[in-house]
Order: sequence, then structure tokens, then C-alpha cells
Amino acid sequence: MAIVETRNLTKVFKEGQLGAVNDVNLKSNEGEFLVFLGPSGSGKTTLLRMIAGLEQPTSGEIWIGGVLANALSPRERRIAMVFQSYALYPHLSVYNNIAFPLKAQGLRKSEHRKKVEWAASLLGIEHLVERKPRELSGGERQRVALARAIVREPTLFLLDEPLSNLDAKLRASAREELEQFHRRIGTTTIYVTHDQVEAMAMGDRILVLNQGGVRQIGTPKEVYDEPTDTFVATFLGSPPMNLLENDNLIVGFRPEHLLPAELVSSGIPFPLRVINKEYLGAEWIVYGSLTGRFEGKEVVSRLGSAASYEVGATYDFAVREPDLKFFDGNTEKRTQAKAMAWQ
Amino acid sequence: MSRGTLEKRAGLRPKQEAGPSGVVGTKRWLASAMFLPAILYIFALIGLPFLLACIYSLSDIKVGSVGYHFIGLANFRSVLESPSFRRSLGNSFIFTISSQILVLVGSTILSLALKERFRGRGFVRFLMLLPWVAPISLGAIGWKWILDSLYSVINWVLLAMHLVRPFDTPMWLGEPRLAMMSVILVHTWRLLPFSTVILLAGLTAIPKDIPEAAAVDGAGFWRTLFQITIPMMLPIVNVAILFGIIFTFTDMTVVYILTRGGPYDSTQVLPSLAFFSGILGGDLAEGAAISMFLVPLLVIVAWAMLRSAHRAEVT
Repeated sequence: MAIVETRNLTKVFKEGQLGAVNDVNLKSNEGEFLVFLGPSGSGKTTLLRMIAGLEQPTSGEIWIGGVLANALSPRERRIAMVFQSYALYPHLSVYNNIAFPLKAQGLRKSEHRKKVEWAASLLGIEHLVERKPRELSGGERQRVALARAIVREPTLFLLDEPLSNLDAKLRASAREELEQFHRRIGTTTIYVTHDQVEAMAMGDRILVLNQGGVRQIGTPKEVYDEPTDTFVATFLGSPPMNLLENDNLIVGFRPEHLLPAELVSSGIPFPLRVINKEYLGAEWIVYGSLTGRFEGKEVVSRLGSAASYEVGATYDFAVREPDLKFFDGNTEKRTQAKAMAWQ
Repeated sequence: MSRGTLEKRAGLRPKQEAGPSGVVGTKRWLASAMFLPAILYIFALIGLPFLLACIYSLSDIKVGSVGYHFIGLANFRSVLESPSFRRSLGNSFIFTISSQILVLVGSTILSLALKERFRGRGFVRFLMLLPWVAPISLGAIGWKWILDSLYSVINWVLLAMHLVRPFDTPMWLGEPRLAMMSVILVHTWRLLPFSTVILLAGLTAIPKDIPEAAAVDGAGFWRTLFQITIPMMLPIVNVAILFGIIFTFTDMTVVYILTRGGPYDSTQVLPSLAFFSGILGGDLAEGAAISMFLVPLLVIVAWAMLRSAHRAEVT
């Protein structure tokens, strides 16, 4: 088990250009499931690859388990990584794929079988060990990649979008399995994803990245309920947070907090005209255009039931005051709540 | 003008595809028409000479002789008894196997080196290709001078370094063992680029993730090379080897220009022997019989090539 720490970590691919990773400071907790979340190009994979030792930082330090790791090769860092493509060795059987790190470690051959069997049984793939990777389904490949990663009991696990190659149905069950798996082995894990649902569901903490910089680091609840800027506010949540510009201030509220006025006692009123509504089974998404103070601004509401609403008609909606988040109009950073005229 | 015809053609196509039967008919006709040049070419330049060689090898035909006398396998019998032929047969195998081993090792190293990014890589790749793209006659004549008994630059360097004594320098093309070695090395030099380019293509086809996964799994350079990179390149290495065997076993350019098979047939290979006795010596029947001995090996190699190509397609 190990704590990972980065200090002012920066990676610049082309001189004179903005870095892929800029000045990142982070520190994991012991045995934590830490998620790097960001859109594509946000630098999350580069950050992970620097921690793995596959990419050399331009400046800054990486500490793994209290040791400065900058000059260490991937092999010396004693980490395990699962690649987005799984990177299984196509010419080796599943057994030899899983045994490969043991061989590389120089472990005695007599111990291989026991370890491989342990890893394979942990992931329920004992019956596949004779097969070649090309004979496996996507989900099975993912498990082989995980088994190969845990077989030498690494101090740190790095997972680079391991679910993105699976279809939607399999992804949900694989996510559940990964969570259970992490609970069982308890190794510090860094998980890279662009999927906010995965991040929310799996992460002990989430590190939100954009354009190579850390926007926020916190528990899923913190980043969802108390976003530090408008990027985090709109990147997490689907549909994203509604943002309304008001003088030099941006007001934000989540779709699930924009409710019919009769359900909200002493809320801020937002009368809106319904433009469109979508039925999603368990919930409705109502798209509306505000009238009054914020005339014409489009907002989204998420409701348990919206069957009675008619497209084109105007209804009274409202938001409870504590559910309003305020951001500075210039910096887009979070600011104190301010009294303002709502009408 | 070309634009007009292009437009005309483009306009023609939809019309032809209008009726379903028309499409199939046109396509069939088109397919045969496009195959025809290749088939004619193969028949005229390979099939016909091969057929002639088969017929000649069973006769006593010579340059300028009239009429055809069937004499059965007499040519093969006499060829098999000739010491020159036995020597050439052995030499052919030595020449092919040695140069292929050297090419394989050399091109593996070269392709690994040229895959890495470094300043001037494009230029080095260009230099590396030169032996293959330059006409072999020019290259071999250059080598003939390099290995010359009087003016050899190698000997000049060895002399200057006091590694050999004056007037006792090695005769690179004059002593049987050295001559064979020289021929093998020059042929290796010539084939190296071709093999390197093939292996380089194979190397670039390995996803970047795989060696990275091996690095994270704790494998060093040699383990990654021998357990991951080379096994993954094997199908393409097969292709390079099989092509190399064909190019070497049937080749006589280097031997012809450097040594003419000498001294005392010590570098004579089957193709050069067939050429000397059949074309230069005028005994067409014997030349044909000698070259018939190339067929079995080439058939085996061709079969292996088709098999490995098919397998590479499946995986």
C-alpha cells in the first residue's frame, strides 16, 4: 500500500505551448480509490502515465510510498497498470499473461502456479487460463488485465479508462465488480475516466481536471454539491447545472432543485415557459425558457412527474435559496452568496 | 482531355449499374479483363520459360542445334555425377542459410534502432535503403574494388594499422573460404534494407501499449525483446525470411560480378552454374536440368509463404 504525491508536476510536450499537465499538486490517502475525471485532452491520462513512469515530467516531483520516484523506471516503481486497450500479450495464453509480471520479477517458477491461480480465482477466470486473448470477450479481457495487475500484489494500482471498451450493460456490472474488487484488496487505486457517473459511483475522492490543471479535489458529494467553479459545476451532473448571468455574478442551480413553486416553500421564483419535455422512465427532463428577470434564458428541470405540463404553457417554478450557488462573473470561481434582486 | 474522359466514364457507370443482370455481367467481364494482363505476363515470362526448361532438360538440345531428341533423364544423371554441380548445390545452401541468418540478425537490430526517434532518423533511413534501391551491378562493382587483390581499401586499412604484412594481404576473392565469405557478406549487405523495411513495418504495427505494459509489469529491455517484441513480430519475420530465401537461392548477380563462381567453383551456386553451362557454355539441356533442381525448394518456400500469409490474415 502506498501514498502517491505529486508536487508542482508539469508536462509540456511542445516548447512554448500550454502544458498537457500544469503544476499539479495532489496527495492520495492510504488505500484510497482516487478518480481523475476530466474531458478528453484534460491531461488526466498524461498525469497517470507520469505516475506510472511511462512519461517523463518536464518539472515537478512524484513521490510514491515516501520515495522520490522521478528517476525510477516503471519497473522500479512496483506499480500495476491496466490500460484502456488492456494491452494483453496476444501471443501468450491467459495463464502466461498473468504469470508474466512474476517472471519479470524473477520469482521462482514453482510459485507461479499458486499465484496465478489465486489471481485468476479472485476474478473468476480460472476456466479461461488456457485460452489466448483473442478468444476472450471484452469483459473477460478486462478481468485478465486486472488479474495480471494484481498478481504480484502491487502497492499502487493505476487504471486508465478500463471500462470504456465495454458496452453499456457490461460496463455497469464491471463497475460494480471493480468496486467490490477494490474493497477486497484495499490497494491504493488511481482510476482515470471521462465518465462522471463512473467517477461519482466509484471514487472515494474525485480529482477534476481541465486543460491540464486541477479544478477541484474532493469527495463525490463535495464536487457535486459544492463545485469550486463553473467548469466543475457543469462537467458533473447530467443534465448539467443551470447557470444564469446576473450583473457580475453567475447564479447556478441543479436541475433537480428547479421545482414547481408549490413544492418549494419560500423559494426564489423562476417562472418558465416549457419548450420541450423528455420522458426517461424514472424521471422527466423539462426544458424551459425563463420569463421575467431572466427573460429568454434556457434552463433544465428534472422532475419525478411532468405528465401534466404542456409544451408552450408557462408555469411557476422556484429554487430554495440554499440550493443556489454563486460564481464570480470574471473568474468563474465560487463566491459568497449575495443578496440580489430576483424580480 | 483527361478530364473529359473521366467525366464520361463517371457518367457511364450509373447507367451500367441500372439493371441487376447488367451489373453482374459487367463485373464478371471487368474482373477477367483486369486479371488478364497479369495472367498473360506470368504465362509469357514465367510459365513459358519454365515449360521450355522442362522440355529442354529431357533433351540433348544445344545452342544452334536443330530438331529435338528426347533422351529421358540422362541430363539429370550426368549433372548429378558432376563434381561442379555437387559443389554448387552445397554452396547454394551455405550461401542462402548464412546470408539469411546474417540478414535476420542485422535487420532486427537495425529495425529496432530505426524505430526509435532521434535527430536525423529520416536521413539514416534513407542511407540504409541505398543498397536496395541502387542498381546491384553498381553496388557489386564497388565491392569488387573494395575486395580487389591489389587495390583493396580493406587491405590498405589493415596494412596501415599493421594488422597484416605487406605483400601478404588476404585475397578476399581469391581464396576459396574468403571468397565465399565475401560473397555472403555482399549479398547480406544488399538484402539488409529490404528485410529491415519489412521488420520495421512489423514493429510499428505492435500497439504502443504492449511494450509499455511489459515495462510496467517489470520487464527489462531483453525480456521485452525476446518474450514480447520478437514473438509478436514472428509472422512478419516469416515473410521476410521466405522472401529472403527466394531472393538468395535464385540469385547469381553478386556471385557473377564478384567471382564468376571461382576460384575453382568455390563460390559457384546453382543459378550461376546453370547460366554458365546453359547460356555461356551453350549446353541448353544441361543448364535447364541444373535449374530444375531449384524447383523443389522454391515450391516448398512458396507453399510456406502462402500458408503464413493466410495465417497472418486470420489472426
